[in-house]
Amino acid sequence: MTSPFLDGSTQTKTSWVYSDIVKDHFFHPRNFVKDDEEVKDYDAHGSYGSPACGDEMHMWIKVDPQTKRIVGCKWRTFGCASAIAATSIASEIVTKDGGMTLEEAKHLKPQTIIEHLGGLPDRKIHCSVLCDKALFEAIHHYEQTHF
Amino acid sequence: MNCPCEKLKLLMRQVRQTWFGTPQKSTRFIYLDHAAATHLDPQVRAVMEPYMQEEFGNPSSLYGQGVRAGQAVENSRKSVAKILGALPEEILFTSGGTESDNLALLGYARAHAKGGKHIITTAIEHHAVLGATKQLEKEGFEVAYLVPDTQGLITAQQVKQALRPDTILISIMYANNEIGTIEPISEIGNMVQKYRQETGKTFPVFHTDACQATGYLDLQAEKLHVDLLTLNGSKMYGPKGIGILYRRRGIKLQSLQFGGSQEHNIRPGTENVPVIVGLAKALEIAESLRAKECERLCTLRDFFIREILTSVSHTHLNGHPTTRLPNNINISFAAAEGEAMLLYLDHEGIAVSTGSACTSQSLDPSHVLMAIGSTHEEAHSSLRFTLGRSTTKKDIEDVLDILPPIIQKLRLLSPLV
Repeated sequence: MTSPFLDGSTQTKTSWVYSDIVKDHFFHPRNFVKDDEEVKDYDAHGSYGSPACGDEMHMWIKVDPQTKRIVGCKWRTFGCASAIAATSIASEIVTKDGGMTLEEAKHLKPQTIIEHLGGLPDRKIHCSVLCDKALFEAIHHYEQTHF
Repeated sequence: MNCPCEKLKLLMRQVRQTWFGTPQKSTRFIYLDHAAATHLDPQVRAVMEPYMQEEFGNPSSLYGQGVRAGQAVENSRKSVAKILGALPEEILFTSGGTESDNLALLGYARAHAKGGKHIITTAIEHHAVLGATKQLEKEGFEVAYLVPDTQGLITAQQVKQALRPDTILISIMYANNEIGTIEPISEIGNMVQKYRQETGKTFPVFHTDACQATGYLDLQAEKLHVDLLTLNGSKMYGPKGIGILYRRRGIKLQSLQFGGSQEHNIRPGTENVPVIVGLAKALEIAESLRAKECERLCTLRDFFIREILTSVSHTHLNGHPTTRLPNNINISFAAAEGEAMLLYLDHEGIAVSTGSACTSQSLDPSHVLMAIGSTHEEAHSSLRFTLGRSTTKKDIEDVLDILPPIIQKLRLLSPLV
């Protein structure tokens, strides 16, 4: 078959609009709450978004009282593939290497999450990375109840 | 394999597969999005081919090759006209459903603005109609958007109540592309005709977008009492890029483009001969298979709906339970998001669509689901399965096996449960 495309390919190769990292986290989400029991001993909870716009994220954090580092981060998300992947990867970012301090985690930017995901389609950026805000709410909740 | 470490790996893989599906994309392919596009029927392709090769002439040319191309176009027109119970000159070939809808609405309204500036349509029309009415609003027309009941039905009574002395055009789709509800077009058309007789006026005229109806519903313009009717090749196992606008004799349309005298000066441009020939063949086949396919697909549709509603909790059917297209199934799965479900199904080799905003450029969910009173959550949680000629009972059974665990998993991730 002769190629209809300039690069000589006979068919388009991409059948997935997201990066492989998004795909991995979407199909194999990390740290989500399978059972409410899992977050029973967690210190704080925060949520953000609304099903009206198609996304809702909930995050639970466990904080080391001495170091104020996030040692556990679990979540639940109603949303599209990138929303699920973003929340999943954010839960890894904040707990990696002994965990971020609350101050560090407060400054976690959507852009950082997107970079870790290997990028997102433009129109997905605004609506799917809301987990940083849910995390911020959880930290806020922690600060209100533990200081 | 005897190594305990290998055994462990295998066990882990099995656990992962049970939980998260196979890591590799499935080689299965079940296409359940026939309302979006249909495959090209090989018989259609066969009749198109000569017009892409040896019979490439311009239908306006006077030598043999041109005349033969011209004859092919006119024979196609006759064949389409016959199925619509129309005269050949009442059939216009366009580039697709969008152009036909645009030409019907913009073309008629602009040509008859002196008679009145009021238009009646519905809130659940295809964007090809709603985009045209939005444009007409900018041009000073007033548009009434009728809201259907919760099953998507518009009544003739509703249309009658919306009529004003200055109503020049009514546009109501034959069957909805998202929820499959079939509108009482013949009844509405009958009412419009009577109203014109009583008032002694030539308007309002009645347009219907019948793109989703081909192969399932009666397309006889006379029986439907319509003045303008849109059809589209890509929904009937024909080629893409070809549409029909049926225009009752005597109805004046203002052209949207300018050039030669093709298509009665209304739609100038060299005729796309191969796709015109293909469309006529596709429509002919669709019409010949109609009764059998309707019966077959209604059985599959009702089986699928019954099974899914009983096997998955917190689900409901969108649209009318019986007055719906034989191939349309639209279901909301509470707390599971549409795009996520769609992509999990795609991973399993099943192609469907959703009313969730995430698949569109806008952030609003399906205007159709919102118009029938769905909540945002319900609209975001909807999946549309549209069956077609290739759909088998086995396909449906496979989806019934694969879908419930996907819903279960997404609900596990969801805070809305």
